[in-house]
Formats: sequence, structure tokens, C-alpha cells
Amino acid sequence: MSVLVDRKTRLLVQGMGKHGTFHAMGCRDYGTQVVGGVTPGKGGTTVEGFPLFDTVEGAVRETGANASVVFVPPAGAADAILEAADAGIAVVVAITEGIPTLDMVRVRARLEDGRTRLIGPNCPGIISPGEKCKIGIMPGHIHMGGPVGVVSRSGTLTYEAVAQLTALGIGQSTCIGIGGDPIIGTSHTDALRLFDQDPATEAIVMIGEIGGSAEEEAAAFVKQQVKKPVVGFIAGQTAPPGRRMGHAGAIIAGGKGTAAEKMKALEGAGIRVVKSPADIGTAVKDALGK
Amino acid sequence: MKIHEYQGKAVLAKYGVPVPRGRVAYTVDEAGEAAKGLGFPVVVKAQIHAGGRGKGGGVKLAKGLDECEAIAKGMLGMTLRTHQTGPEGRVVRRLLIEQGMDLAGAKEMYLAILVDRGSGKPVFMASARGGMDIEEVAAKDPQSILKEPVDPVVGFRPYQARKLAFGLGLAPEVVKKAEPLMLALHRAFEGSDASLVEINPFLVTKAGDVLALDAKVNFDDNALFRHPDLVELRDFDEEEPLEVEASKYSLNYIKLEGGTVGCMVNGAGLAMATMDIIKLAGGAPANFLDVGGGASADQIKNAFRILLADADVRAVLINIFGGILRCDVLAEGVIAAVRDLSVKVPVVVRMKGNNEERGRKMLRDSGLNFETADTMTEAADAVVRAAGGAR
Repeated sequence: MSVLVDRKTRLLVQGMGKHGTFHAMGCRDYGTQVVGGVTPGKGGTTVEGFPLFDTVEGAVRETGANASVVFVPPAGAADAILEAADAGIAVVVAITEGIPTLDMVRVRARLEDGRTRLIGPNCPGIISPGEKCKIGIMPGHIHMGGPVGVVSRSGTLTYEAVAQLTALGIGQSTCIGIGGDPIIGTSHTDALRLFDQDPATEAIVMIGEIGGSAEEEAAAFVKQQVKKPVVGFIAGQTAPPGRRMGHAGAIIAGGKGTAAEKMKALEGAGIRVVKSPADIGTAVKDALGK
Repeated sequence: MKIHEYQGKAVLAKYGVPVPRGRVAYTVDEAGEAAKGLGFPVVVKAQIHAGGRGKGGGVKLAKGLDECEAIAKGMLGMTLRTHQTGPEGRVVRRLLIEQGMDLAGAKEMYLAILVDRGSGKPVFMASARGGMDIEEVAAKDPQSILKEPVDPVVGFRPYQARKLAFGLGLAPEVVKKAEPLMLALHRAFEGSDASLVEINPFLVTKAGDVLALDAKVNFDDNALFRHPDLVELRDFDEEEPLEVEASKYSLNYIKLEGGTVGCMVNGAGLAMATMDIIKLAGGAPANFLDVGGGASADQIKNAFRILLADADVRAVLINIFGGILRCDVLAEGVIAAVRDLSVKVPVVVRMKGNNEERGRKMLRDSGLNFETADTMTEAADAVVRAAGGAR
């Protein structure tokens, strides 16, 4: 069991350049049904066995794709997400880093009807190990199927947490990298809601970082609604204010969005907050009573 | 990207926001010439990328040419310290010479547009309590800040500008002037892909005229590719030289004051988490450094050069979660960099990925000053020890 993506997911890759093709193969090798790619002008040809299409609409008609992953460079990435939404794709995963914020403002307004769920941008993607479905750039082999849902703003830090879980023999239902940008399609709260409703998810790991107030909102949601154990970590406890720490969204502005504030909010909601990123796995083990 | 006040005013003026007349000056002579062209009195304003300049002595009124030149002479080259610059301050290299405004009976208000992350929309903010630190206003009197969300489909509408203007308590004839100013400010925000436009103070003169007495404009770095004219406005003197150097190699580097443990990590989140665990181990991280996803041999070498340019660094921690990256290839790059650059400080390497064991063995067998670690905790403890112990 899993959330959002599973064995039945039929994936389309938008932007079949070198990068996109490489990861399309990685997803296929993992077990994902990759049904084709979209590169305008290359319709009717194939690359590495993937049929290519000129438009998402055409690809959906031919392949019945219900999910897409976007590798299109920043200047055209917002357009690619909109094209997928217009073609009725249910889950769009945007890997692209560096999309202009105001482009994402328009995309998010367009997606308000709720017919398309966007994950990212600037994220590693989503994976449901037990369902053999990987959509993104994460290393599949560190994952294993199991009862823990993972939601995180960052890439390699998520891999770190997942590797700790797997090393302890604790598998994952679905891991969602929601992305490090200020404007993203799926929030921590959205992911928590999905995990809360998923019968196969028994515990949740939430990895946040400095900047914004998404973690505080998620904490309020957990306090109100979530009965499953949640383990939290906030990266950036040592980050100086006013400096953007790599991710466009990771910045302490006007004294707001500090790690200390977020950790306090999480603890106040009954979330088991670990100070050290090395303790995420063992905290989950304790939470599951194993 | 941040720009100077005079540049911000030029951008706003281009979109129709009224601003005082003024000119930039790099020398005392230029300051005098500019002042003569404007007529006295003039205001001499130090141009640095930080607020709070008035309190720090960076904004002064000059009634005549001698006074203007004397002020310019004092300001150019001075180190200006404000609450935003930190104790080290910033050297003043440019001045804005601006027409002196008659502030008697004038009101100082506040206008700003920025993207609200929660709603995912730009929000237009206005407050009658301008001229002071808006964060202070927000903390003490949040209700005095009016907000209008901007619908990205229909844009910022004239009625919203009027709502804000009347909300500020402006007289109807002043609202007629404030409305086009606000609409122009939004056009500037959208047209230049700004992440922030802020007018503080937004001046309403006794005669009922409106203008931007100060301007803070920041651009979205991700959108600069479509604004080559704005990229020209970047002032490298305002940035940390090592950070500029790092950005040339797509390395994301931020120096931290007082740290002794250099860190090299792939991914921003893991880089922050690595800094955190060094602190927990009793050490002090010297920097944030994200080498990106690939961590190629070239990247590693450039990263070492940047890290070691900081004389405070006593030991280095490399934490790479490769996933699909091959650790033997990574180890090769690390060994080559340490050898080529004659790195003297101890280096602790923690890497995860394919061929981990072989990579570690290569490091141990290299005869260089490496220590390897399996977990983040082990790595942090080792590097803090190597840097001279916990403090």
C-alpha cells in the first residue's frame, strides 16, 4: 500500500533530454511503468525503447498515462506542468530546479481546481517501494517496502533518513520529496493528510528546514488530526538569519522561520523531534515500539 | 539578487513610480556635480546593500556645495555599520545625491509587495506607520499593516489600490495619486520578477503629492535569465568574495563566522543537517557548502580551494550521500584534490553510495591525512576531535 503512486501508475517523462532519459531508465529499472516521453518535435520516434510524443495530450491518448515527471529546464518547466494539468494528468512530479517564483504562482493558481496534484518543483520525486513505483531521481536501492511514510523538503537528507530506516529493517510506504522552493504544489500538511488516511502507513517521518511556516502549519494539523506517531527533524539549527541556505525557500527572514521556532511548534503538537539527523531512524523504531 | 537604492528607484521610475530626482556619484567631484545639477538642498545617501543607514550616519542633508562635498568625502570609503550589516560593516563606494524634500507636514508611510508562501500569491502590504522598521511595526501593532492578496490571473486591481489608500487614511485627492503609484509598483514587481519591492518611507507631502523616498528592490535569482538588463545591476563589492568565487563553479558556499570545521556536502538539506550535527558534537561549522548532486572530481577540487581559503578551518568533513554515485570515483577525486592542493588539515570522509568499502580503502591506503566514518554521528565526532576538540 502507498499514497499517490503505485503499481498501476503509468508514467510519462516530460523533457527526454540526456538527464530525463537517464532517469526514465532508472525509474523503469526500478519497476515503474514508464509509458513514454514528451519532447516537442520528436513525436513518433523512440529513445531507449521509450516512445516519444510531441504533446502531453497526444501521449495520454496513446498510452493512458496518469502521471508525469518534469525534467524540462527552468524557462519551460512551468509551461510543462500546465500542459500536463491540461491533459488531465493526475500526479505531476516536477524535478526541475530554478523555476521563477512568479511562474509557480501562476501554476499554483491554475491547479487550484484540485484535479492535478503537483509534487515539487525542485524535489527528488516520490517513491512507493512496496509497489515498485519510483518517480524521480532518488536511489531506489536504499528503500524498502514497509509502514513508514516520509515527507521532506530536501533530497539527500531524505536519502539519509531512508537509509537509516532501511538499515534498521524498517520499510517505507511512500517517500515524498516536496521540494525546497518557496512555492510548491504539495505541502507538508498535504502529505501528512495522505499518510494519515493511508491504512498501510503506521508512522510518519517529517523532515523540514528553516524558512516559511509550512512546518508550523503541519504541526497544527498533526495536533488536530493525526493519531499516528510522527517523528520530526528540522535542518538549519545553525543557519544564520538573512542567508539563503541553498534552497530558495530556506531563509530566515525577519526573525521568522528559525529552526528553534519550528522545533517548538512540532514538539507542542506531540511530534517526536530529534535534534540530530542521525537519530531519525532510531526514533521511528521507538515510535513503532520495535 | 539585491541592488542599491538608486538602482531600485530607477527600476521603479521606469514603471511610473514617482521618485525624487537624483544621481549616483562614485567620487567627491561627481557628488558636487550632481548636487549642482539638482539644486540645494540635497540629501547625500550612502549606497550599501543594507538598511538602517540613517541611524548609522549614512544619510545626511547638505545645504550647499562645500557641505555636500565635505559629506561625500567623509562617506566615500567609510565603513558603515547598521543593524543589518553586522559588526564588520560595509565599505561605502557609491553615493546617491538626491533633491532634498520638504518633510515638514509630510507623512511617512509604508508600501511593499512580496510573495506569501502560505497562499502562494503575491501580497500588497501598506501601513500608515512608515519610516521605521516594519518588523517592529508587525510585532507591536500588526493591525496597522493592511494586506491585499494579488490574484495572479486578474492581477492587482485599481479597487484594491483604493482600498489600501483609503485604509491608510489618505484624503480623496491624495488617493487619486496613490492609486496609480501602487499600480505602477505592482507592474514593477511583476515586470522585473522581483521577490520584494518595498517603499519605506512612502512619502505623502503636505501638498498631497506621493513618492517613493526610499526603495528596496530584490529580484528572484531564478528569473534573472530573462532579465539580462537587471543582471547588470549586480554589485560584486557587496558580496563575500569567496561566495562569488564559489558561485562560478556552481558551488553554493556561505561562510559562517567563528567556525573551525569546514564542511563539504551534496544537497542543501543534508548540508544544513551536517552543520547541525557538528554543533551537536561540540564543534563549530565554518561554512555551508553544497557541491550539488554529482560531486565530480573537479567540483571536489574547487570546493577544497574555497573551503581552505578560510584560514579558520582546522579540519574538513566531507559528507556525500551519493546514492547512485560511485564512492571509489569520489574517493579518487578527493585524493587527487588533497594531493594537488597540498591540503594540510585533517579530512574526515563519510560517503554513502555504490562501492563504499573500496572507496574507503582507497582513502586509508593513500598515505594522506584521511579518516573515514560510517555514520553522520561518527563523522561529526571525528572531525570535531580533529579540529581541536569540543569547545
